[in-house]
Order: sequence, then C-alpha cells, then structure tokens
Amino acid sequence: MPFATRGFSGRRGQADTRVPPGQTMVEKWPVLSAGPTPQVETRDWELTVQDETGTDHRWSWDELHALGVEDITVDIHCVTHWSKLGMAWRGVSLDKILANVRSEHRYVMAHSYGGYTTNLPLEDLLDGKAWIATEAEGEPLDPEHGGPARLLVPHLYFWKSAKWVRGLTMMPDNDPGFWEQYGYHLYGDPWKEQRYR
Amino acid sequence: MPNHLDGNALAGVLSDVFTMDVTAARGRCGSCGRTAPVAEAMVYPDAPGLVARCASCDHVLVVVVTAGERLVLSLAGLDAIDLRV
Ligand SMILES: [Zn+2]
Repeated sequence: MPFATRGFSGRRGQADTRVPPGQTMVEKWPVLSAGPTPQVETRDWELTVQDETGTDHRWSWDELHALGVEDITVDIHCVTHWSKLGMAWRGVSLDKILANVRSEHRYVMAHSYGGYTTNLPLEDLLDGKAWIATEAEGEPLDPEHGGPARLLVPHLYFWKSAKWVRGLTMMPDNDPGFWEQYGYHLYGDPWKEQRYR
Repeated sequence: MPNHLDGNALAGVLSDVFTMDVTAARGRCGSCGRTAPVAEAMVYPDAPGLVARCASCDHVLVVVVTAGERLVLSLAGLDAIDLRV
C-alpha cells in the first residue's frame, strides 16, 4: 500500500532526528563566557588527573598528543537552545588518559584554568564518549572556544564540555560544579531536556 | 570586542527580587576586599546565567540563573552589601 506510508517518508530531514527538543540549529559557533578568557600557552598547559590516593597523574601538551590524537565528528547541544551539527574535532580520548588511573569513585569534577568547574559521572567519560579536544573545524582551538584544550562530552549539554580544562578530580559523590550549584541539572542529557534541576 | 557589561546589567533581574536598587549599593569583594558600587562589577551576560565579577580581581560576586520557573541568585562572593535605606 504505497500511499499509506507516503506521508511518513522523505519529509523528515536527517536534521530533525538529530536536533533534541527545544533546540535550534545554528551555523555559526556562538561564544559563551562567564568570565575573562584565560590565555594559556601550550608550553605551560598541563592536565592533572587526581585520584583518591592523592596521586596526581600529569600530562604536558606533548605527552597528551603522544597518547594519540583522533578525528571526531559530533553534534553539540548548548543549554541556551542552540545545536551545531556535524562538527569536526580532533582530540585525545579520555579512555587513553584514564587507562592507568585506578579509582573506586564514580564521579569526576572537571577543573578549568580561570576557575570553572563541572561535575560528570566517570562512566560518561569512558567508552569513546569523551575527549580532551585541541582542534575544531580544522584549526587549533581558539581561546574563546576553550583553547588550548577543552573537555568534549557531546552527549551532554555543552556546559559539561569544560573550556580551558586543566584537571579531573575523582570524587565519591556527585558534587555540583559551577552552573550546577546555581540550578542547572547535575547530568544534563539534551534528549531528556535536563536543563535545570 | 569586550564580552562583558557593567553591573547595571543586573538591575533588571535584581529589581524582581529586591525593593531597593542593589546596583547602587556598595559591595565588598569576598576575595580582595575591594568595596565598590555593584554597578562597577563586570557582568558576563553571554552564558547560561549572569555572572558579575570583581573589577579588581575577577572573583565571582553575583550569579543569577533563570532556571525555568525559578530564579537562582547567589551573592556569596560579596561579604557585605551596603544599601542606602
Ligand atoms: Zn576582588
């Protein structure tokens, strides 16, 4: 019965199924900032992962890249209602960074140069779901977009993808980060519209 | 292009909460101790909320988030507010 299905075929573009509820697609990449833009040189940049033993695992810029940089194409969704589809990124998988970090804790606080923080479940950083990103759209990540390196966790609202990331601290409880303290959702799934708590 | 405004950008949302004009009040930064009119703070509006920072040390003084039906206000970065009554 071809005409019974006609109304359901072809009309819904691919974008419809890729844009979560309450979001609008944008072409330009908006800049959101809650403070002055830190200017961090790559020679001074360092990533520190701290576990509950107090052991710090550290990577310089070159050590991070030596773990292996990969190409990533993902859609990003900002809680301020814009989505940017098919963004090309390059970065290092958190699976590689966390491979030798042993922790019993289930949550992570991401810390940034400039003082920003955001909380995430550890499992959301693993299994190919999160990166330390250093390039976007073929260019080194601009400071205003979080360069030299930002967290990239595209399956959650973009405030979780902390700009200017400098550290990850394992934590036993899901303590709120900066925006989460002021009413934003502890998890932030764009497909469930988890904007506020 | 500066990405911040002055503290008068807080006036609208704070007038929903306070009967007095808080932007005219003097606030003391909880970090560096600078005492200045709230209107002189640096307000970053292009974020998931309004963030006002100390003009001397960038410490976060005021955060305002409109979270759906709620308004969440933090003045935790100010250790004193001096209002004309
Ligand atoms: Zn100050």
